[in-house]
Amino acid sequence: MNEFNYTVKDFKSENEVRWCPGCGDYAIMNAIQRVMAEMGIAHKDFAVISGIGCSSRFPYYMSTYGFHTIHGRATAVASGVRCANPDLNVWVITGDGDSMAIGGNHFIHLVRRNINLNVIIFNNKIYGLTKGQYSPTTEKGFKSKTSPFGTIEEPFNSGQLVIGAGGTFFARSIDGNIKLSQEVFGEAALHEGTSIVEVLQNCMIYNHGVHDLITDPAYRAERQLMLKQGEPMRFGEDNRKGIVLEKGKLKVVTVGENGITPEDILVHDASDPDPSIHLALIRMHLPEFPVALGVIRKVAAPTYDREMKEQILRIQENRKIKNMDDLLRSGNTWEVKDNGFSNGREK
Amino acid sequence: MKEAKVIEMDEVAIRFSGDSGDGMQLTGTLFSDASALLGNDISTFPDYPAEIRAPQGTVGGVSGFQVQFGQKEVNTPGDYAHVLVAMNPAAVKANAKFMKPGGTIIYDKDAFNEKNFRKANFTTDDPFTELNLIDYVKIGVPITELTQESLKDLGLDNKSILRSKNMFALGLVCWMFNRPLDYIEEFITSKFSSKPTVVQANMRVLHAGYNYGMNLQHMTPRYMINPAPIEPGLYRNINGNQATAWGLLAASEKSGRPLFIGSYPITPATEILQTLAERKDLGVKSFQAEDEIAGITTALGASFAGHLAVTSTSGPGFALKSEAIGLGVMAELPLVVVNVQRGGPSTGLPTKTEQSDLLQALYGRNGESPVAVIAASTPSDCFWYAFTAARIAMERMVPVVLLTDGFLGNGSEPWKIPSMADLPDIHPRIAKNPGNYKPYERDGNTLSRSWAFPGSEGFAHRIGGLEKNITGNVSHDPDNHQKNCEIREAKVQRIVDMIPDLDVYGDPEGDVLLVGWGGTFGHMISTVRELRRKGKNVSLAHFNYIKPLPANTGEVFRRFKKILVCEINLGQFVAYLRDKLPGFTYYQYNKVKGLPFTVQELEDAVTKLLEA
Repeated sequence: MNEFNYTVKDFKSENEVRWCPGCGDYAIMNAIQRVMAEMGIAHKDFAVISGIGCSSRFPYYMSTYGFHTIHGRATAVASGVRCANPDLNVWVITGDGDSMAIGGNHFIHLVRRNINLNVIIFNNKIYGLTKGQYSPTTEKGFKSKTSPFGTIEEPFNSGQLVIGAGGTFFARSIDGNIKLSQEVFGEAALHEGTSIVEVLQNCMIYNHGVHDLITDPAYRAERQLMLKQGEPMRFGEDNRKGIVLEKGKLKVVTVGENGITPEDILVHDASDPDPSIHLALIRMHLPEFPVALGVIRKVAAPTYDREMKEQILRIQENRKIKNMDDLLRSGNTWEVKDNGFSNGREK
Repeated sequence: MKEAKVIEMDEVAIRFSGDSGDGMQLTGTLFSDASALLGNDISTFPDYPAEIRAPQGTVGGVSGFQVQFGQKEVNTPGDYAHVLVAMNPAAVKANAKFMKPGGTIIYDKDAFNEKNFRKANFTTDDPFTELNLIDYVKIGVPITELTQESLKDLGLDNKSILRSKNMFALGLVCWMFNRPLDYIEEFITSKFSSKPTVVQANMRVLHAGYNYGMNLQHMTPRYMINPAPIEPGLYRNINGNQATAWGLLAASEKSGRPLFIGSYPITPATEILQTLAERKDLGVKSFQAEDEIAGITTALGASFAGHLAVTSTSGPGFALKSEAIGLGVMAELPLVVVNVQRGGPSTGLPTKTEQSDLLQALYGRNGESPVAVIAASTPSDCFWYAFTAARIAMERMVPVVLLTDGFLGNGSEPWKIPSMADLPDIHPRIAKNPGNYKPYERDGNTLSRSWAFPGSEGFAHRIGGLEKNITGNVSHDPDNHQKNCEIREAKVQRIVDMIPDLDVYGDPEGDVLLVGWGGTFGHMISTVRELRRKGKNVSLAHFNYIKPLPANTGEVFRRFKKILVCEINLGQFVAYLRDKLPGFTYYQYNKVKGLPFTVQELEDAVTKLLEA
């Protein structure tokens, strides 16, 4: 609790939510609203910016300031919002197509600049709003309306893009795991810089069950690695399994077998500036590895929006030009006297 | 010593030309500034290739800078140059067509050699005869040799020495036109303050050129151009891009809204971004975006957050911004989009001027997507129209397209410096009643909504690109959509109450009304003056406000027998006029060569029409 005593209700708009029944988006929104209520930030200081796609209807369902923009550009619009007013807490709601296909360029440049935004990618590996075409995160070979014989292209892994672009924050969650989502959204919101959170989200209609292998409760322990800062990377029944680093590569081991002791297991350090282990964690996939969840990378770095503000303040401290009249009269000027002719130059 | 022949003239045009690496733009600019400081009225026209360093010595690599200065009002850089400074044979070949018959050609004798004749594709060793430049005064000066000679003891390498050649030419021309060197000296001293040898070298060569003219008076005629009668006041020289940037800054100060520019470098508009990036002292937030689209969308974000938001570009970039301009129309956010037009389509002629983006500005978006469109008409009035664009945007909650062009953007002229107190106030439509804010509630007169930004208590709302109702919520209601389409159009039309009536230069009625818009003003007004001096019954109506058109446009048109619409395109404004003001017969004169009009060709077109 904080001085505002907000509840989730304070962040819901009066609009009827129109996602399909059972859509993963509901749970994600719920988690975001809970985080906002608990952050201790005034309601007026939240802004939610989205692009185009199912997830991008999000701002209409929120009671905060919201801007539903155009396809792929939410990251750029939000960059403008945050640079204009660095006191705002700005969220970007986007999907796999919006962020990594049509908006791919803005996405990597946002990450490179490290503007303080919280970007939530709803990754369902399909285009839902246009009714079922493959997306840039769709697995190779997947059959969809625009790939009736299977796709012939490799998918993007959003975390890899973040690392490649020099990102400072990457986390992964699952739509149905509200507790985890709340945790990582909370950390994302507090992180000074561009926070990218990939949420594995289920599309009931066009890609139902896309993440089932990962989310199936019966195998959750075996297939999900919950990362916690400073804790060993343990998973599986009774936490018997773990991740070790062997010859520069990650490997799954069982504690107690082949001489493996608990001390051999890698300890998670999201704050390590060196991204190599973060990248290896991001790339882990079934069936060889569990899928890494939680905050994978969170390193401190200057943000563009603060530097922009500070540079202006620094320059203004010793400025000679304080207003437009100063500027207009600066540099080379000359006076024309009232005799119909110039008297030449005067300083 | 023989006295030099002194010719007194009202106005003179000089064209400096050489390889793109020869420093001709700097030479021209320094000469122009020195002339303006001396009290002449001036108009400049940089004419350079798109390649930064095209192959040396070739015609394609020639960079030119024309300046006209005079003792009366100067509105154009001059159709033809009286004096051509040519640093190599290619420069003569590229510029012969811009010379006044009988003019003076000053050329670097040392560069007129076999090798350079071939590079410029001359077939003989006599380029002047080959180009039929018989009746011209040709003055060969060993510029390279004399530059080398004057710098031989400085220990500079040959490349650095040759880089100072332009200063010799500048010194010589300054002598010919009676310009003192003090301004140029000051410039060199401050520009290279950290490199004393460079200062010394440039100074020496500058003086060598000046003294050369003085010592060889018998060769070079000397011109007297007295100061022009100009309205008293404080003046400076300014080009269109700088004036545009400053106009936006002035609007920011007047409105109290901080300035944000999201932009991507593109010729010939880049200088606007650069000029604003320098103004951190005035709090400007400049965002060099990853592309044109991010330029405008970051600006829209800043506008949503309460800033005066601007994006600057040229034709191809303007095309990329189309969808986002539509978002600005739908979201009804203030936004200024500056398009410094260049030759198109596609990459077209990046460094050349054109007026061919008018229809793109008016109509180049999906849906019914009205924006205000205004155009500047001289380098210095870019200040006023940029200011006005921002004023309209913030008072009427609408994107405004400001059209300038390469000719205005790069061209410069003396400008009487305004005082901020003389500019009108700007009243952004900031929402006032918290708690009951409806984003699309409209003012009854202007039809504009009010502006509320994140961070303000009691105004939280949602807007976006979908059609919506008064609360900002999505609406697919057919009647609502029709109503909103009509309102958005009417809102732009009602801006007419902010804009002045159309002025007529010349008599308010007569035989021919010349109609122009934007950057052709200088040539149009010079044409009308010239024709009226010759007794022709001709007037000019020049448009700065395109959408909406001034209220009295039809009235003005009715008083003339013939209307001749002149544009640097194939007839875009005339098409718009035929649509908006049918019932008139519009004649047209069009040119698309990447060049400004000449007064001569406009005069010929009017004369033909008068005789028809």
